[in-house]
Amino acid sequence: MFRRATGLLARRLISSSGSRARPYSTDLPAAPTADSTFVEAWKKVIPNIEPPKTPLSFMKPRPATPPSIPSKLTVNFVLPYASELSTKEVDMVIIPAATGQMGVLPGHVATIAELKPGVLSVHEGNEVKKYFISSGFAFIHANSYADIIAIEAVPVDQIDPGLVQKGLAEFTQKLSSASTDLEKAEAQIGVEVHSALNSALTG
Amino acid sequence: MAMAALRREGRRLAPLSSPQSITAVRSSLISQEQAPLGLRSISTQIVRNRMKSVKNIQKITKAMKMVAASKLRAIQVKAENSRGLWQPFTALLGDTASVDVKKNVIVTVSSDKGLCGGINSTSVKTSKALKKLTAGPDKETKYVVLGEKAKAQLIRDSKKDIELSITELQKNPLNYTQVSVLADDILKNVEYDALRIVFNKFQSVVSFLPTVATVLSPEAVEKEAESGGKLGELDSYEIEGGETKSEVLLNLGEFQFSCVLFNAVMENACSEQGARMSAMDSSSRNAGDMLDRLTLTYNRTRQASITTELIEIISGASALEG
Repeated sequence: MFRRATGLLARRLISSSGSRARPYSTDLPAAPTADSTFVEAWKKVIPNIEPPKTPLSFMKPRPATPPSIPSKLTVNFVLPYASELSTKEVDMVIIPAATGQMGVLPGHVATIAELKPGVLSVHEGNEVKKYFISSGFAFIHANSYADIIAIEAVPVDQIDPGLVQKGLAEFTQKLSSASTDLEKAEAQIGVEVHSALNSALTG
Repeated sequence: MAMAALRREGRRLAPLSSPQSITAVRSSLISQEQAPLGLRSISTQIVRNRMKSVKNIQKITKAMKMVAASKLRAIQVKAENSRGLWQPFTALLGDTASVDVKKNVIVTVSSDKGLCGGINSTSVKTSKALKKLTAGPDKETKYVVLGEKAKAQLIRDSKKDIELSITELQKNPLNYTQVSVLADDILKNVEYDALRIVFNKFQSVVSFLPTVATVLSPEAVEKEAESGGKLGELDSYEIEGGETKSEVLLNLGEFQFSCVLFNAVMENACSEQGARMSAMDSSSRNAGDMLDRLTLTYNRTRQASITTELIEIISGASALEG
């Protein structure tokens, strides 16, 4: 009887120490899916209501910066009405930044670029897709992820040259006859966009 | 004296006890003035009227449910397409919901029309709780309200805190141009360090999650960048803009606000239609249940009146016989 008791005790001791040595399977890597400081602050002040979610919990976390330059650039090209390209792996993109056309390759330095109306071209292997975009922003992250956000984008082959010429003439005329600053600014924008469209069609 | 009081009490209680012997449903349907006991045909008429009106209500709610379902289908596609819009901003600037700034502006997105379940109340509750959370010494919190329903609820106790209120958002189908003009309006007229947009995110047709998205002003971004965290990496980004860094950050902040607001308004519209669908569905089901109960009552009343008439006739006949 006592032999069995000692056996039981020994088994219990081993199991408890073993469980402490085993790592908890619920340990998560550092990449929280919710802003914990917000949740805690909420719970302290308003304990009855569930804290609202924040955008972080709805987003897939981005990978960290790899130690070596990756071979492909991952592009997210979004518009208010659609995600044109989402996590597409490409070789290079050329974006129409306000300072001129900018080529982005994998391993590009992290940049926030403001875009002007112009042509965005996506190079994947041998194929090149060109879009004419209205202005927007482009974020290039250190982990070779590029986010391009534009308001409107049209594939270049869908643009009608006749309408472009007409629009350009119309806005140039408006610019010369503009009286107030607001009208001048609007006409200026129209002229810029249409000349960019023109060069997109020719270039 | 006591006997007289008891007699008076008895007289008062007597008329009360007899209606309770009849079924409870019938007494709830028929108020004492309309159907004095003994006029049985009128009580079936009343039940029949009630059944007709409940049936009409059921038809209306069923139609509203189908309308909401079709509107939901249309707008769900657009909302899901717009979900990619805010992700680059969160990837760049992180999610700063716990930021501590002096001037908070809570933008509450709600619907204009009612009969959409509890989503507007949840938005208002969340906004009020956020106001409590961000309150403190020399900190101020203001509201910008989009939509009639939240305005009606917030105006009751926070009238002086509402800076701007915008209604009739969905008169024309939602598009980015409209929202960007709205965002421009808000940014021009409201001073803020942090904008918190409260809306209901559309998870599925039956689940809507209250969500708060935070947009910081450029100055707040600079301050947070200095203190580190996700925004601390902002300095490592080169700025290509042809203008000064602060101008680019200003444009970025405005663009972020309009994009996040667009997505918020779309998701809320989706949630509104989904909530209306489930509200109207449960309403039609309730009306159906009510109709069943009324039909049973109607039949019981009808059969009871037929039986009483038969009894009268038969007892009259048997009384005549002998």
